[in-house]
Amino acid sequence: MSATVDTKQETSGKPPRVSSRRLTERVFRIRESGIIAVLIVFVAITVSIEPRFASQQEVQFILANTTIFALLALGETMVIVSRNVDLSIGSVVGLSAYVSASLFGKIHGIPIVVVFLVGLGIGLAVGVANGIMVAIGRVPSLVVTLATLYIVRGLDILIVGGNEVVAQTLPNAFIEIPRAGVYGVPYLAIVIAVVIGIGAYYLRSYRSGRELYAIGSNPEAARLAGIPVGRRVFTAFAVSGAIAGVAGVLWAAQYQTVDSNAGTGYELTVIASVVVGGVAIFGGSGSAVGAAIGALLLQTINSALYVLGISPFWDQAIAGALLLAAITLDRIISLRLTAALRRRSAGVGT
Amino acid sequence: MSEPSLLTRPPEPEHGRRRALPTALHGAVRWETGLALVVVAIFAFGVAVSPDFLTTSNLFNLGVTSGEVAIMALPMTLIIISGEIDLSVASILGMSSALLGFLWARHWPMLLIFVMVALLGVVAGLFNGLMVTRVGLPSLAVTIGTLALYRGVALIILGSSTVSNFPAPYSTIGVLGVANSNLPWNVAIFAVLAVIFGVVLHFTATGRSIYAMGASPEAALYSGIRVKRIKLLLFVTSGLVCALAGVLWTFRLSTAVQNNGIGMELTVVAIVLLAGVSIFGGKGSIIGVVLAVLAFAGLQDALLLTNFNQEATGIVTGGLLLISVFVPTAGSVVARSREWFRARGHRAPSAIGAGHE
Amino acid sequence: MHAAKAFGAVRAVVDASIDLYGGEAHALVGENGAGKSTVVKMLAGVHQPDGGELLIEGQPAVLTGPAAAQAAGIAVIYQEPTLFPDLTVAENIFMGRQPLVAARRIDRRAMRAQAAALFERLGVQLDPGRIARGLSIADQQIVEIAKALSLEARVIVMDEPTAALSAAEVARLFDVVRTLRAAGAAVLFISHRLEEVFEICQRVTVMRDGRTVLARELAGLTADDLVRAMVGRDMPQRTAGERSQPGDEVLRVERLAREGVFIDISLHVRAGEIVALAGLVGSGRSEVARAIFGIDRYDAGKVTIGGTELRRGSPAAAMAAGIGYVPEDRRQQGLVMDMSIQQNVALASLARLRRGGLVRSASERAFATDWAQRMRLRYGRLTDPVSTLSGGNQQKVVLAKWLGRHPALLIVDEPTRGIDIATKADVHELLVRLAGEGIAILMISSELPEVLHIGDRILVMREGRLTAEYSHEEASEEKIMSAATGQLEHSK
Repeated sequence: MSATVDTKQETSGKPPRVSSRRLTERVFRIRESGIIAVLIVFVAITVSIEPRFASQQEVQFILANTTIFALLALGETMVIVSRNVDLSIGSVVGLSAYVSASLFGKIHGIPIVVVFLVGLGIGLAVGVANGIMVAIGRVPSLVVTLATLYIVRGLDILIVGGNEVVAQTLPNAFIEIPRAGVYGVPYLAIVIAVVIGIGAYYLRSYRSGRELYAIGSNPEAARLAGIPVGRRVFTAFAVSGAIAGVAGVLWAAQYQTVDSNAGTGYELTVIASVVVGGVAIFGGSGSAVGAAIGALLLQTINSALYVLGISPFWDQAIAGALLLAAITLDRIISLRLTAALRRRSAGVGT
Repeated sequence: MSEPSLLTRPPEPEHGRRRALPTALHGAVRWETGLALVVVAIFAFGVAVSPDFLTTSNLFNLGVTSGEVAIMALPMTLIIISGEIDLSVASILGMSSALLGFLWARHWPMLLIFVMVALLGVVAGLFNGLMVTRVGLPSLAVTIGTLALYRGVALIILGSSTVSNFPAPYSTIGVLGVANSNLPWNVAIFAVLAVIFGVVLHFTATGRSIYAMGASPEAALYSGIRVKRIKLLLFVTSGLVCALAGVLWTFRLSTAVQNNGIGMELTVVAIVLLAGVSIFGGKGSIIGVVLAVLAFAGLQDALLLTNFNQEATGIVTGGLLLISVFVPTAGSVVARSREWFRARGHRAPSAIGAGHE
Repeated sequence: MHAAKAFGAVRAVVDASIDLYGGEAHALVGENGAGKSTVVKMLAGVHQPDGGELLIEGQPAVLTGPAAAQAAGIAVIYQEPTLFPDLTVAENIFMGRQPLVAARRIDRRAMRAQAAALFERLGVQLDPGRIARGLSIADQQIVEIAKALSLEARVIVMDEPTAALSAAEVARLFDVVRTLRAAGAAVLFISHRLEEVFEICQRVTVMRDGRTVLARELAGLTADDLVRAMVGRDMPQRTAGERSQPGDEVLRVERLAREGVFIDISLHVRAGEIVALAGLVGSGRSEVARAIFGIDRYDAGKVTIGGTELRRGSPAAAMAAGIGYVPEDRRQQGLVMDMSIQQNVALASLARLRRGGLVRSASERAFATDWAQRMRLRYGRLTDPVSTLSGGNQQKVVLAKWLGRHPALLIVDEPTRGIDIATKADVHELLVRLAGEGIAILMISSELPEVLHIGDRILVMREGRLTAEYSHEEASEEKIMSAATGQLEHSK
């Protein structure tokens, strides 16, 4: 134990404070593992009713759907922990999906890498615009990204016109990206998992990552501590945009038919995943891994309902109820925790 | 004690002085003036692009297509001024529409259906309100949850079916005006509601309390304002009004489907922000909302007449929204807005000012 | 040897110069509103001076922001802790300067160990791994001090670091200050407790109305000399006790308790009586007031007003029973800063200004004009935002807001914090006159002269309990301080 052991107890009535650490750690382990437990129980019940749910095909389907949302959740987590929100990601996915996929039809034999770079560039451009307006223009991110949600979707509609990209124009190698894999686990899912792991590690173990949490936890104190608040927030938006751009290209590979509706409403699903995964909506706490598991849980429920023959109409209601249950539970835990910590550090009370 | 009593001296009435504007409107005047000019410009633009713009049939169309959005913007205005947000409005509209269709398909009497739909709206709003005021959750998170939940309920109620055999007095509200005039029903209802909401917001103690709790939640609490009760009431009102909007929408299109009004919550929020209502709460006016509705409806209609891809009008909506947040920070106002941000900085999260802690 | 010199003016608020030398603890004293905080903010890089210059080791320095101040070797411990509630204590200390290992990763183990070492130096037990949320104010202050220590700064600014600390913690802090001094650092020590100033500091700068009025060695000065320099005149005569006998009991609080905050609080206030509630910041005084007014709930005990028990947890019920509450934080709690003077005055009386359900702006205006005159408020127009007023006039608006309801009991929490001296006297006079007119007043104050000056009875709280009660005659600064800090146990 690294805490000091001081036998002087002048501040009478104060119990040793070391034990409160175990308390907080336990609670946070519960938060992270709680959602995994829900996931496991849910899968177990579903499989026991309908073994088909454990089939390679189903697993592949769930993972393929999850990859895009989990990837988007990584960017959104960076933004939300800094007490901001990025609503524009759904529109960015749509624009990037159409523009990148239509490149295959326009430029014959264009390397897939270039297509990804184009998608990333589109997302980065929107993210940078968001970041400038939020960080330098000091306009609330909810308003800025609501506006860019409209503008980017509008651009998408103008560019698409009445057209759509269909599967026939896409090269096989591109379509295979979300599908190739081992034992039903797509390579892509593994790559995305690694990317999320790197992102989570960055947020956890690098100064600039921790500073995002600090900004979200107390923006004024962050400024007083000399943290470059504007630059960090700007970066979070730029990364979130770039990720959404890449996710758009993956969307095209996954669904192949791209019209101007691609990605509509994704922003809310992603925010729901992030919050279910334990990221506080007003910043300061939560992890990218939790957010990814939140996305996995929502997609698993999605597929399970289908497999169980429950009308998919229940899907959305359950997602909403789950989100509400998650934030309510978080609230209760945090109230209990605060009360417990207060009791431990105060000199009075029973 | 040579001086007169501090407490018992009779107040000296100050009659005869010039009657000032209600002070709530005072600071907002400049914003609304600018917005009024924008509305004039948009209508001028409409006339310029098409001789059809000012025809009665086009104006009827302009009104009827924006009526429900306008109606939902009213409770949203009060909620945002109070420092909260309600993203579930369009889902409540969809849920009401679904219930209306569901019950009509089962041959319930229309009057009873109205009661049930109103009840549904109240319950939906009550749930939002209780989660925010009793459980103490941020309204942004709660209503993102109920946005999905209520839309999900609409799906469960109606599934993929469509109900469209509504009888004549109801199914014609999209084409016939009030008492066969050229005033669409939903616009007339919006006008009545705008007056009611305007009076409540600007001329009652409740309205003043709404501003106070948005501008400074703590000071409102320390002034004995029943913050939780008023917020609960606002969410319930929002639910009820959105249910009404759902009924109007269904009859206007003569169709009840589960995805009625999907995604419209963001349009409603955009209009309210365009109206000069601060996302941090405490600022805004109903006049501004009326003007913003006119600007939005006029622009959408004018663009339609120019053969601009109608679905891409989001570009213009988004552009207007950005302009509306950047104009006040431009020029000489820069310094003041900076000060404002600095003063608010420690309490107002940059996402939205609806925090609780 | 280095010297830092601040000489500047922020919007004509401050025109001060301070010489700081390495190896010394330098006291900066002055009344609230004298401009000390502005000086602190300039040294922290939060505000930039409009004129003058800052020299560090003889070199002119420009602090463009908090990061620049840190880089220049200046650490600031703020009066109000500025922690990140969601992060661990260790992260709070080392934010932006976390120890790194290979590939610039944060070395958590080293970070915790270093934090633990800092706490050991400070002689406190605090777990570096717990999150900051839920820390008591004293513990938060300790984290702030540890943060400043970890910067190994050449100049350490301490803005009332002892306000929330117990006697033992203060003693340990002073040991640390002595160590820092010995290591050649300069400490700028801001405190209201003059005995602390004399104990730890070698030199003093006194500020008044934004200017330096005295700067010299402490040796040879007395506390009275400093007070005279701060106030600019001798302390005014006590005025309490000259009034008629207090009337019937208005407020009775019996065995009030809120878990972990305060316990076993029993007190009463009679009509026409000013009861002062003294104690350190964080001792639970404001929390008791908030519980009485219904902002917070309490777990046990009861509150009666004029013989009827008050419903707990409802400010509206408290107001209906005749309580008015002038809260501690004027800008956040007392006023809606974006609203006009008129609207703020009327905010607690809207129900009375209604006619036919509508609030008429004419009657609101008449109401506000009347109260502005009675309070001798200095303002431009009543429709100006209340934020345009000076601190003292803002406080008068808060008082007017409550007096407009003709309260039976007025709770005032730090009524003169951040108010210039002239208005401060106004507020004191006002409170005394109100008591003279039969209002029961419960006053929370950290300023002992104020407590001694107008309190008819003085209650002292320490760590959530009432520890002493003195009549106006028997109270003294020493008795109150010892009851508040627990130094002496002969208080009963």
